[in-house]
Amino acid sequence: MSIVVGKTSKAPDFPVAAKAALKNDQLRRNVHHATNVIRNKRALRVEEMPDWEQLRSAGSEIKAHTLAHLDHYLIEFERNCELAGGKVHWARDADEANKIAIELIRHYGGDGPGVEVIKVKTMTSDEVQMNHALEAAGIKPIETDLADMIVQLGNDEPSHIVVPALHKNRFEIRDIFRDKMEKPELTEQPEDLTAAARGYLRERFLRTKIGISGANFAIADTGSVCVVESEGNGRMCVTLPDVLITLVGIEKVIPSFADLEIFLQTLPRSATGERMNPYNSLWTGVTPGDGPQAFHVILLDNGRTKLLQDEIERETLQCIRCGACLNACPVYRETGGHAYGSIYSGPIGAILSPQLQSLEHSRSLPYASTLCGACYEVCPVKINIPEVLIHLRGEVVREDQKTLSGKLSAENIAMQAAANIFLSHRRYEAAQRMARIGQTIFKRDGQLTNLPGMAGAWTRSRDLRPIPKQSFRDWWKSREKKDGANA
Amino acid sequence: MTAREEILASIRNALEVQASDPAGSHARIAQGYNRIGKLNHEARLEFFIDRLVDYDTEIIQVTAEAELPGAIAEALQHAGEDRALIAAAFPAAWLPASVSFKVDNNLPTSEIEGVPAVVTTCEAAVAATGTIILVHEGAQARRVLTLLPDHHICLVRRDQVFELLPETLIAIAAKAAKPITTISGPSATSDIEMTRIRGVHGPRRLTVILYG
Repeated sequence: MSIVVGKTSKAPDFPVAAKAALKNDQLRRNVHHATNVIRNKRALRVEEMPDWEQLRSAGSEIKAHTLAHLDHYLIEFERNCELAGGKVHWARDADEANKIAIELIRHYGGDGPGVEVIKVKTMTSDEVQMNHALEAAGIKPIETDLADMIVQLGNDEPSHIVVPALHKNRFEIRDIFRDKMEKPELTEQPEDLTAAARGYLRERFLRTKIGISGANFAIADTGSVCVVESEGNGRMCVTLPDVLITLVGIEKVIPSFADLEIFLQTLPRSATGERMNPYNSLWTGVTPGDGPQAFHVILLDNGRTKLLQDEIERETLQCIRCGACLNACPVYRETGGHAYGSIYSGPIGAILSPQLQSLEHSRSLPYASTLCGACYEVCPVKINIPEVLIHLRGEVVREDQKTLSGKLSAENIAMQAAANIFLSHRRYEAAQRMARIGQTIFKRDGQLTNLPGMAGAWTRSRDLRPIPKQSFRDWWKSREKKDGANA
Repeated sequence: MTAREEILASIRNALEVQASDPAGSHARIAQGYNRIGKLNHEARLEFFIDRLVDYDTEIIQVTAEAELPGAIAEALQHAGEDRALIAAAFPAAWLPASVSFKVDNNLPTSEIEGVPAVVTTCEAAVAATGTIILVHEGAQARRVLTLLPDHHICLVRRDQVFELLPETLIAIAAKAAKPITTISGPSATSDIEMTRIRGVHGPRRLTVILYG
């Protein structure tokens, strides 16, 4: 098994990448602007819903319920999809998913070089690095979502789950399009850039015989797939080709068509701040005379079943990829998505990436948060992201303690000593007395500055008040004595 | 073991408690949110129109079916178009004589591309979100017909308009396995600096004709 989440395994630690991102003023301006716009629109669209909290609760419960019966619903989806003329494949990991896709493309598109496929935005295909695998097999994937095109043509990586090119402004996009579309006269007006994308893709939509999509929802009781989008490129990709291949993470299944009444209300408002996104496409297997006449679904595990075992970790699989937590996160809003080193960035990325892959990759991500809880507040399926982050921090520490260097690390020794001190009030009070004496040389203007060793990491950028001359416990004791004397 | 067996086995190993009745526990999940609207007919339509306008949809209002040919002609004329596609099942009595219609008898894509407009009916509409729902059968046309033309003219009968999404989905549930497209305004993108641009790949113009 080789579980792959984009290029996460090769990414630098978050603090290192974040430092570089923070120096890029243009990037920070772009990210600030975009996240501000979506946050404000979302707030407006959520406020007008009197039953928002009930929708969140119901969505969360439906997702939790589905995960608790995941085998049942996957089998039901498979049965209904195949009854309607679709074919369901199962993939344990990224490699297997890519192999299945490549075999299908070869089968329908022939072995010759230069076979093209059109793709509609799917984060799951970025997760398994499908474009990379297709190109290695001589197949040319064409991304059709405007933001994905910007990322693909610019040899870039997505920096946001919903708006992958949010780190680029109009001038940067114009330069990419001028260069790659050979349109030197193109202006930076969003209307012109959008029209250029339309012109560039139109003929490709019409000639390409194989389409690849992801799925927002796979519906068990009908065997249908639902794709949520805005531009119409999704409709093109699932309608025009002769063959359609849909890659679906196993957590995307929902029990019934009726459940859409919740998610089609919460997803668009959370993702883009719209009451409803311009288009939702639903299809079931193959419809004679309408749309692709061959339909294949690839159900992908790639680490997801591992998360089911633990109830705290399992919650992560409830995610419907709306990206609201990214826009709300004070850390993401400063660094943008690339610093996370994973195609899944922001708060959800900080819990999803390290759990899908083993913790040794992206082990810095559970710390890429202030635990302020803004992500939890906006999550339309109520994933308690701060709780999962703390859980994962615990896992990182437990992993470290298994190794000799981890056991002997200054942090571990200090934490063990602290645990020991907190166990006994005598030791605790003795430590306080010692600290009171020791701290005097670090006091400046009533604050502790430049503490040595690990504590220095804290005092470099934060205020720390010294331990007062008298603790509450000391005061209480002296008060008792005084009372006793008075009596 | 096949991948299927292996994935299902690891799911079953991970889930300690296997409840025996998924359908029952699914049905017990509280639907505390609003599922059925409260507005009366007039208020509901006003709500719908307000939301359509908000998403750049053009609206033509008529009463009798006999006025439909005139409304369709007006919608096309307003856009400067003289040709349109229709499904074979589209009622001939609603067609204006002044316009040439291309009837879809399994037209190849090459003959659909290039026709500027399409006229369809719909299955239902949602006032709260300004959404029309197509179940692609009969006069609602195949998916490709409603996608390639730059102008989609959609006839919505007033009693097809529901207030909220849940009640609308309940009403169309029997057709859930047909190809379905929900449409809320013309195609759009906000991918460049979050500026909403109308019209990317789908129809750049959407006209709703309310009748009945």
